[in-house]
Amino acid sequence: METAVFIVCAAIVLAGALGVVLVRNPVHAALSLVGTLFGMAVLFLNLEAHFLAAVQIIVYAGAIVVLFLFVIMLLGVDRLEDLSVEPITGQRALAAIVGLGTFGLAAAFLATSDIGVPGQEALTGPVAGQYSNLRQIADVLFTDYVYAFEATAALLTISVVGAVVMSRRMVRSHDAAEPETAKDD
Amino acid sequence: MSAVVGPSVFGLDPLYIGGVGLAEVLITLLKVGAAFALLLMAVMLMIWFERKLISDMQNRIGPNLAGPFGIFQTLADGIKLFFKEDLIPERSDRLVFKLAPFLSLVPAFLVFAVVPVGGDFDGSDGRVSLFGHETFLQVSDPPVGILLVLAMSSVAVYGVMLAGWSSGSKYPLLASVRASAQMVSYEAALGLSLVAVLLKSGSLSTNQIVAEQSMWNWNLWVTWVVPMVVFLIAATAELNRPPFDLVEAEQELVGGFHTEYSSIRFALFFLAEFMNTITMSAIIVTLFLGGPNGPDFTTVGWLSGLLWFFVKLMLFLFAFVWLRATLPRFRYDQLMDLGWKLLIPLSLGWLLVLASYDIAGDRGWNRAAAVIAMLAVMAALAGLLALALRAARQRRELDPQGGFA
Repeated sequence: METAVFIVCAAIVLAGALGVVLVRNPVHAALSLVGTLFGMAVLFLNLEAHFLAAVQIIVYAGAIVVLFLFVIMLLGVDRLEDLSVEPITGQRALAAIVGLGTFGLAAAFLATSDIGVPGQEALTGPVAGQYSNLRQIADVLFTDYVYAFEATAALLTISVVGAVVMSRRMVRSHDAAEPETAKDD
Repeated sequence: MSAVVGPSVFGLDPLYIGGVGLAEVLITLLKVGAAFALLLMAVMLMIWFERKLISDMQNRIGPNLAGPFGIFQTLADGIKLFFKEDLIPERSDRLVFKLAPFLSLVPAFLVFAVVPVGGDFDGSDGRVSLFGHETFLQVSDPPVGILLVLAMSSVAVYGVMLAGWSSGSKYPLLASVRASAQMVSYEAALGLSLVAVLLKSGSLSTNQIVAEQSMWNWNLWVTWVVPMVVFLIAATAELNRPPFDLVEAEQELVGGFHTEYSSIRFALFFLAEFMNTITMSAIIVTLFLGGPNGPDFTTVGWLSGLLWFFVKLMLFLFAFVWLRATLPRFRYDQLMDLGWKLLIPLSLGWLLVLASYDIAGDRGWNRAAAVIAMLAVMAALAGLLALALRAARQRRELDPQGGFA
């Protein structure tokens, strides 16, 4: 049964990923991304990583892609774009080379190493016990990796503050009172 | 499944401990079917209840022709909507336009799966015997439990958002932009007030959360009331119910995100909305009021739990209707201020105070001292923040042309 679930979900994930790249309408692309994320969540469930599956939905599908869509709608960029011109010259060839290279590296690693394809063991093996998924993750996160965890939190906060500071326009006296959000689409 | 003693793929329900056979599948199907039928019935009655109650509060009669007391009014409306012409606007994105109502409806159904609607929680963990099999009175008890509620409420944003966008019309688009901002902001407050409950219960499973509250140990007073108030407000905003119904502000947006919808697709949105109201009330009862917990006055063991659950549920449903009849709609900036500047800091601060109280108890420190120290630290941080804000404002006033800040 686990193999069957894996095959179905892998197909969904791949179809979604292809959709993100190939579909021309940005909103459809974002929705394909949601499909990919859901497929991933079911794959996590299949590996009995319940907490990761829930977080996958809450954080990625529930917050990040919603923000993507929000920006797409707010800026009104949801029209078909002219894809015949490359924004940066040589961008596509470079992307293809880097993508193929990354895939080759990953495939080579999986073929030569004795770890095997990451599965249940890789996710829950080292900390297995009678405790729930969440407790195992919390144990590791707040003991061994607590500094990395805190540093990541600080980094994210700093980047949010940085984004706010940088995106803030120069305030000019005559249009300072005009709200930004009033002029969408 | 595996040798590790842990949750199975199917969750923590004792039904699945001895493997899954035909009987287990049938019982699960029965539970799913019962929950589905119950929810649909409940929505029908909830719409009637809301219309009747509001008309009472406004000195009107309300629906009174279809059936006794107009109780079949919703049924009649539903049949009418079924047979109406289904219009799809020319400028719409057809695929997404058709998909959106279902994206609203499915999460609304799924959330109810984790609500324990009955069971005897005094002394035992709420299992009841169904056809000779021990099980919980809830469709499923996944190990992530309450996180499923958060996940589904965040997925529900898509329905409203895409409905507005795909209509290819201005006002629905405005509504969907409002909706996504509102629902994403209030999700943070919802989650943070939830953490206070999880801190006390020590588990994500809804069954365990209810079991921890047995014998009047309700989270309402265990977490000192404030998390429930925050949760209630955030849930109202999450449900897009008045006074936070900016998403479907008829006076400003013609209709809201569903302006271009008609026929059964329109009905599906309202089905989802009322179902969300019911499930969210059920979640509040589960989290803060001990679910089916209450003094047993019946002779049949499992009946009392169901009755208590129903009574508590009605309390919140009444409150939601009462709020709608009483409060005017918030302005958009007031809505955002309430969410980001009041509810999120409040629930976060409350969580820290609760945690310091707990840690002091565990370590044998003086609890009052720990709480006061925590409050002092928070006050100092808030003071620093206020100072920074004032400095920034002064600099901006001195030099309106210049740079960042």
